[in-house]
Amino acid sequence: MTSLDTDLSPAEPPRLVVFWRRYRRNRAALLGLVIFVIVVLMALTAGLVDPGDPLRRAGDPLTPPFVDWATPLGTDQLGRDVLSGVFYGARISLLIGVVATLVAIAIGVVIGALAGYFGGWVDDVLMRVTEAFQTIPNFVLLLTLVAILGSKIEWITLAIGIVSWTAPARMVRAEFMSLRGREFVDAARNLGVSNTAIIFKEILPNALPPIVVYASVIMALSILLESALAFLALGDPNYASWGNMIGQGRAVLRSAPYCAVIPGIAIVLTVLSFSLLGEGLNDALNPRQKKQ
Amino acid sequence: MKLPLPPILIYALRRVVQAVPVIILIMIGTFLLLKLAPGDTVDALVGDMGGADAAFIARLRAEYGLDQPIWVQLWRYMAKLATFDFGWSFVYEQPVSTVLLDRLGTTLMLMATSLSIAFTAGVVLGAIAARRVYSATDNIISILGLVFYATPSFFLSLMMMYLFSVKLGWLPVGGIKTIAGFYTGWDHVIDVAKHLIMPTAALSLIYLSFYLRLMRASVLEVADLDYVRTARAKGAGETRLMIHHIMRNALLPVVTLLGLQFSTVLGGSVVVETIFTLPGLGQLAYQSVVQRDMNTLMGIIFLCALIVVVVNFLTDLLYARLDSRIELA
Repeated sequence: MTSLDTDLSPAEPPRLVVFWRRYRRNRAALLGLVIFVIVVLMALTAGLVDPGDPLRRAGDPLTPPFVDWATPLGTDQLGRDVLSGVFYGARISLLIGVVATLVAIAIGVVIGALAGYFGGWVDDVLMRVTEAFQTIPNFVLLLTLVAILGSKIEWITLAIGIVSWTAPARMVRAEFMSLRGREFVDAARNLGVSNTAIIFKEILPNALPPIVVYASVIMALSILLESALAFLALGDPNYASWGNMIGQGRAVLRSAPYCAVIPGIAIVLTVLSFSLLGEGLNDALNPRQKKQ
Repeated sequence: MKLPLPPILIYALRRVVQAVPVIILIMIGTFLLLKLAPGDTVDALVGDMGGADAAFIARLRAEYGLDQPIWVQLWRYMAKLATFDFGWSFVYEQPVSTVLLDRLGTTLMLMATSLSIAFTAGVVLGAIAARRVYSATDNIISILGLVFYATPSFFLSLMMMYLFSVKLGWLPVGGIKTIAGFYTGWDHVIDVAKHLIMPTAALSLIYLSFYLRLMRASVLEVADLDYVRTARAKGAGETRLMIHHIMRNALLPVVTLLGLQFSTVLGGSVVVETIFTLPGLGQLAYQSVVQRDMNTLMGIIFLCALIVVVVNFLTDLLYARLDSRIELA
């Protein structure tokens, strides 16, 4: 090993530094990162910077923005602070987005890994199930699940995960199909390593990079799905949500359009930041794939 | 055994056979969802009647076969679905299939117009962006694509409503036709078209970005291939190069996406139809959730799934027509 080490001069910079260097070459991705950090900070500081419950009356109803400094972005028809709603909405959007993405990827990885690794009839059965899920319009299925499970935030998150796992499952399956014939897998199998260990310890780590990139897409779609549910007043009424704010702003669209516009801009910027982050991650993780 | 059939027909038949297990799985899925939902047909019936005694409820259950083992129930349910019998809607007091047929036309019209606009505009803009890659035109098109991708359809719809209905007063806020209009002939067509402008625009602008981004990447990739260089060396003009050589191959992944995206767009129509109060399947889905009309909801799921299967079948055929390398037999 020592002889090998001496060959490796000059020392390679740490992987994280290389990663960051590649990432920052993409200026749009940097912008995405900045917006993303701002949204995360808003989610973390909700209630600290801007005091007040987003669901409680904070001032006179329909105060326009930039008039009263107690409610800098104005109030809605019930006198609730819009700024505080935007902060708490960031928390709920990110929370639902992250957990739903984890659920979707967990289901997708298990199904995709089993289908891709074993092939044969296992693959056939699991792929037909995946196709069935893809065939049903995901928002209609989401509505149905919410109608059956109820509007609690835990169920909504789970339901969003359940309607979003098909794309990662297909990606994982494709990765596993191309990796299962490699030498390192044969080697592990000859050493008597169990199938479970081969799937999760040997192949999965190699299959992860494209899935990490795709996670940003699922995250963006989850946030859009949640906001659409909340807009239709099918979200959890106990939490402030951007979609719900827009849904209620619709009633006063004529007189106070800012009630719908401000949370709308928040959603657009958040989803945009995930798209840009995803592109940056893709450039940084798969540098050879970049097309010129 | 060799059948004397043209290869395209064999290919089509194979595709139909492949769709059968998917449809059966969806039938089982809707059955499970119905069973998971709180309350069954008899509960709905009894609720409708305002209550009944236990013996009568038990007799009703037996009459509807709800006392049978789950496998028998599943089999009967699937047999009914196969004949397009979706059960009775206790909200509309009509068979679900009648309610669905009433609404199908509006949704299909909305889908057909928005998808054609989204696909055509996405392909054209994506091709333009790719031909002038990294120029100002490309940047503007790409940024617009990203922004529309990130905009929720309901937000875009509301903003259009605010601008065109509230501020400018050009377009009606919702509905499929002017209720007190009683228009006939061309006036009726124009009236309906006016009501469809905003919903169509909202849906197509959102989904345009998918086709735009894919088309741009696809044209960039194909334009680098050797055969394009050969064609250029032989003196093909830029327009001919684009239309005859690049577009045909660059379109392939976009056509695939058209099929894959269809179910998502159908889902997106729920929100848009609800906002613009268009009497289509999407609005019906939302109302069924709110009114807990499970039979109608399952009917919508099954019908939507069938439409998606048919559209995917058509895109497969289109794909086979565009790409002669595809093995048909």
